[in-house]
Amino acid sequence: MAVSATSFGAGRSEPIWLVRLFDWKPFLIFMCMLPALGLLLLFLTYPLGLGVWLAFTDTQIGRSGEFVGLWNYESLWHDRIFWMSVTNTLLYTFVATVGKFALGLWLALILNNYIPFKSFVRAIVLIPWIVPTVLSAIAFWWIYDPQFSIISYVLVDVLGWRDTYIDFLGTPWNARFSLIAANIWRGIPFVAICLLAGLQTISPSLYEAAMIDGATAWQRFWHITLPMLLPILAVVLTFSVIFTFTDFQLVYAITRGGPVNSTHLMATLAFQRAIPGGQLGEGAAIAVAMIPFLVAATVFSYFALANRKWQQGGRDD
Amino acid sequence: MQAFTRRQTLQAGAALAGAALVARQGRADIVAKDVAPPVLTIESGASLRVLRPSKFVQGDETVYLENAKKFTAMTGVPVQVDFEGWEDLRPKIAVAANVGDGPDVVLAWSDEPHKYVDKVVDLTDLATYLGERYGGWWPMAEKYGTRDGKWIAMPIGAAGGRVVYRKSWLNEAGYDAVPTDLDGFLQLCTKLKAIGHPAGLALGNAVGDGNAWCNWVVWAHGGAMVDENDQVIINSPETIEALKYAKALYETFIPGTLSWLDPANNKAFLAGEIGLTQNGISIYYAAKNSEDANVRALAEDIYHAKMPIGPVGRPTERALVLNQMVFAYSKYPNAAKEFLRFMMEHEQYDPYLNACIGYWNHPLQAYDASAVWSADPKHEPFKHVLKDALWDSYRGTIRPESAAVLADFVIVQMVASVCAGQASPEEAAAEADRRIRRYYRS
Repeated sequence: MAVSATSFGAGRSEPIWLVRLFDWKPFLIFMCMLPALGLLLLFLTYPLGLGVWLAFTDTQIGRSGEFVGLWNYESLWHDRIFWMSVTNTLLYTFVATVGKFALGLWLALILNNYIPFKSFVRAIVLIPWIVPTVLSAIAFWWIYDPQFSIISYVLVDVLGWRDTYIDFLGTPWNARFSLIAANIWRGIPFVAICLLAGLQTISPSLYEAAMIDGATAWQRFWHITLPMLLPILAVVLTFSVIFTFTDFQLVYAITRGGPVNSTHLMATLAFQRAIPGGQLGEGAAIAVAMIPFLVAATVFSYFALANRKWQQGGRDD
Repeated sequence: MQAFTRRQTLQAGAALAGAALVARQGRADIVAKDVAPPVLTIESGASLRVLRPSKFVQGDETVYLENAKKFTAMTGVPVQVDFEGWEDLRPKIAVAANVGDGPDVVLAWSDEPHKYVDKVVDLTDLATYLGERYGGWWPMAEKYGTRDGKWIAMPIGAAGGRVVYRKSWLNEAGYDAVPTDLDGFLQLCTKLKAIGHPAGLALGNAVGDGNAWCNWVVWAHGGAMVDENDQVIINSPETIEALKYAKALYETFIPGTLSWLDPANNKAFLAGEIGLTQNGISIYYAAKNSEDANVRALAEDIYHAKMPIGPVGRPTERALVLNQMVFAYSKYPNAAKEFLRFMMEHEQYDPYLNACIGYWNHPLQAYDASAVWSADPKHEPFKHVLKDALWDSYRGTIRPESAAVLADFVIVQMVASVCAGQASPEEAAAEADRRIRRYYRS
């Protein structure tokens, strides 16, 4: 038998290099990841890289540009409208996110209780989120119309509380807050439904135990609901900040950045300069300038809210 | 599919047009000289996509589509016409130009084709033919259509902003007609406000209305964006005077004009909220053709006048030119050019002009004889919109930089920032100067 065993071993040829390569684990992992990597490179890295490159050139629509170094950024540094768009974006993101979270959490808490027609109400709540942004923007455009606003009509002609129509979009601060209100309206369902999902994962036994210990509703919220909700809150907050920071459609459809550029966000200004204005390089520079803010917001939400030790079984210091 | 020759197209066109002429009464004769059109063989299997702005007067859409259908019936070339909102037209064209795919024929704003000089088909043969056949192009049409002696685009029409007012309210304010000087005009607007029927002119990023009156006010005072050598001269005492005047005029407006886009003054005027605005003939058209009897009655009270003349002593209105161009990426450039020629021939163009009741003003001089200008005295102020107008890069040349400044609403925002109280006239002029210089950096 020893002979036959030897002949068996000798008869088995060495595996060819390709087979050996695929048997090598690191290579196999790399090959399996390649399709995903390809998609990422094609659809994320390339456009992003192109954007970063364009920001260093003076490319215009219909004319390829030359490398100009930091010239676009220098020009933006002295650009009053650019800085206004930065402060607008920060204000818009901050106020709208706070509003969305306050109202969204409140709505989620209400929906988490027993209410009649629960499923129906939950479906209704999603409507602002489902309606295409441009449609809701057009609705708001009418609601905020200087001459035909339903709000002005009710306040002036029906209730008689005011003498003049409200100039929602004609003065900078009115316009900014009108847009923030529209964004909050649109964003609430996303926050509410996500937080509702989070609420439903909290075990009722925790509340029962707390109630036996005589905890008030506020104490139950503060010591059970909020800490248990924090991980999902962090994720939703990150998404919400990113969506709000990069919002384009609402502002573009309602004010197009007006009056006099006072409601431009960085995204709308980048578009305005790059496409209608034709200055692709400058528009790209504005878009690239958004990246640090987005990274900062993401890092903050992630580290400040999500990475608590107690979530991994430790104790917070 | 059969490839049609120019002659076949012409014959069929003449036959159809003859039928159309019989059908429509009261048409004045347009003198068309017998000139041989350029020889263009339509590519076999051709189809065309046309991108153009949405209509403000119904006839603009209806007859344009009818004419396009006639073209298809005669040549077998299917034509798909896409209508786009005014502010969204530029981004669409920009994307098409950069990607190298999209509509074959584009009806673009004023100097927009000058941004795409090396991406469009040369239309010199066609424009020369049409010019010879229809008494020549207005110089302004030629200015917008040509670059370095070559036709890169061909205006189909131009909309002009004239004073649109309610006569009864003007009379109530103590006027018979709109004053022709700036001070008188300001006083009129002040009085209109006092009697509760204020004026309202758009100050948002309105492609037509915003650019129209903001440029008018600067030019009327002797200001200009650039001089004859394309040197930026916007930050001048004349511009500052213009901004002071604009601010004073703005004080007489109805609240909310800072957010007005193109349709806003039409809506406000028809709703009786304002007594005077600057606009094309579309308000009158809408009133005249309204299904609501009350609004139709309003048409009687609507009158038009030319904008007042400033210290420069000549009309300084702007024309919003609709400029047809053919992208070089088109697979069917001959079909596209034939389409443009067909649309400009009097059998098609005159009914179109009539249906627009003067909203789009003719670029070819022979159409002065069109019935539209004598059909209603209220059309008359719009007759020579293009003939009288100044061009957007006034004093300088039309070039990509001037088109970009226009597209970025630099002049409108300069005026609006002063009206809104965000900037003093001096600051606003300096800011505009900085922005324009950035575009004109060579």
